[in-house]
Amino acid sequence: MFTALIAAVALAAGAPETPNPQHPNEEAVDPYVPSDANAGAAPFAGDAMWRAFHGQPGVDRVVDGMVDRSLADPRIKEIFESHDMVRLRRTLKEQFCYILGGGCAYSGRDMKSVHKDLGVQRTDFNILVEHLQSAMEDEKISFRDQNRFLAKLAPMQRDAVER
Amino acid sequence: MRPRCIALLVGVASLLGAGSASADDLRPSGKLLLTGGVTTVEGSGGGGLSSWATITGYATRDGVGANVHATRVELPDYQFRAYGAAVGLFDRIELSYTRQDFNTQGTGAKLGLGRGFTFHQDVVGVKVKVLGDAVYDQDTWVPQVAVGAQYKNAAKAPIVAALGGQDDDGIDYYVSATKVLLAQSMVVSGAVRATKANQTGLLGFGGPGGEDDYSLQFEGSAGLLLSKRLLVGGEYRSKPNNLGLKEDDWWDLFAAYAVSKNLSVTAGYADLGTIATFKGQRGLYLSLQAGF
Ligand code: HEM
Repeated sequence: MFTALIAAVALAAGAPETPNPQHPNEEAVDPYVPSDANAGAAPFAGDAMWRAFHGQPGVDRVVDGMVDRSLADPRIKEIFESHDMVRLRRTLKEQFCYILGGGCAYSGRDMKSVHKDLGVQRTDFNILVEHLQSAMEDEKISFRDQNRFLAKLAPMQRDAVER
Repeated sequence: MRPRCIALLVGVASLLGAGSASADDLRPSGKLLLTGGVTTVEGSGGGGLSSWATITGYATRDGVGANVHATRVELPDYQFRAYGAAVGLFDRIELSYTRQDFNTQGTGAKLGLGRGFTFHQDVVGVKVKVLGDAVYDQDTWVPQVAVGAQYKNAAKAPIVAALGGQDDDGIDYYVSATKVLLAQSMVVSGAVRATKANQTGLLGFGGPGGEDDYSLQFEGSAGLLLSKRLLVGGEYRSKPNNLGLKEDDWWDLFAAYAVSKNLSVTAGYADLGTIATFKGQRGLYLSLQAGF
């Protein structure tokens, strides 16, 4: 009965069915070779951008703000349903940290294989970018620095969008 | 007696969303706010004077967008208006129609045309994107490139002939390249236009001395995005001089503001030079664009 209770609590918290050994709160994924190259963009030189985004706490708020908005948006939330949002938030935070010159390693998968078969269209991509812009605005990141960062992400449209 | 009118510039550039949303209710959000462009005097998506390679409207390749615009330029001796509509199909093809009215007001009497004499011009445009993407391709210098044509009909044959123009209708052809430099928060665009048009066509096409040939002209814009909603910049457009009336090149300074994805306002200052012997035709212009 205790076990049942624990199981029920765990389920309510969205515990993974098959936990990832390195990240027990996440689902295991098929094996792949981790590499910073998977992040899909070269990092900024220096730490100016990292500071502009207020370091890791700022990047965490931006990623969570973007993901929360996307999950609340009826136009795109279905694309995320049934995927592991714990992993998504973690890998996005790593990816943004890596690109912004925060010195993180990116441990996630590459943009092409991870978005394959999701059916993402350009409109979806643009909606996500708008949510990112709102999250960066909330973090009081200057418009110019927002655009510098978006310039790194924009080409990923080719890999994230299906067609 | 040589009305040198003009089609003034107008609307001005902006990346900003001059309005227009996807017609598809299910996909109401298309391009990024800064990528819609406004409408040129000739009805094409672009700046006020120069046609850009972008396809008007907010639709992506998954949808159709459309917008209407109305533009007014107040000059010391004339008044210019343009209004029209455009559709963008799948972010690939743009079709546009614009009507221009150039009212000579009191100046018409001095020019012997009669008070309030008004030149009109209809411009039907088509533009096709051929390569690149102005916004997404930030990892290369390759711009978005489009080719376009504008059929213009001034329908004022007697006056055009009196001025020495060959025809009262004609077709311009252009190639335009546009790039959003996101890392610099800038937009730059340039186009080369093959044209016979006098004052963009309001004074007909070609000249008296057999200057009936096409000449290549340049038009360009550069703008700085100050916020998601505000673009400021300037434009330049060279023009031929087929009629020997010292036709001036044009330039403008503008600020385009996206009130929302459906509405944008452009205010600017345009210098159209000498028009029909009346010098210093500089003035304020205002353009509204709404998408539906
Ligand atoms: C610049 C744009 C984008 C970036 C940088 C990005 C980044 C990422 C990252 C880092 C991951 C996780 C990688 C991993 O699990 O190893 C991911 C997964 C995912 N992304 Fe994106 N993404 C982008 C655009 C989009 C868009 C536009 C959508 C849909 C609207 C989307 C939906 C998803 C989904 C559903 C997953 C989970 C896939 C899975 O778990 O198998 N992404 N993305």
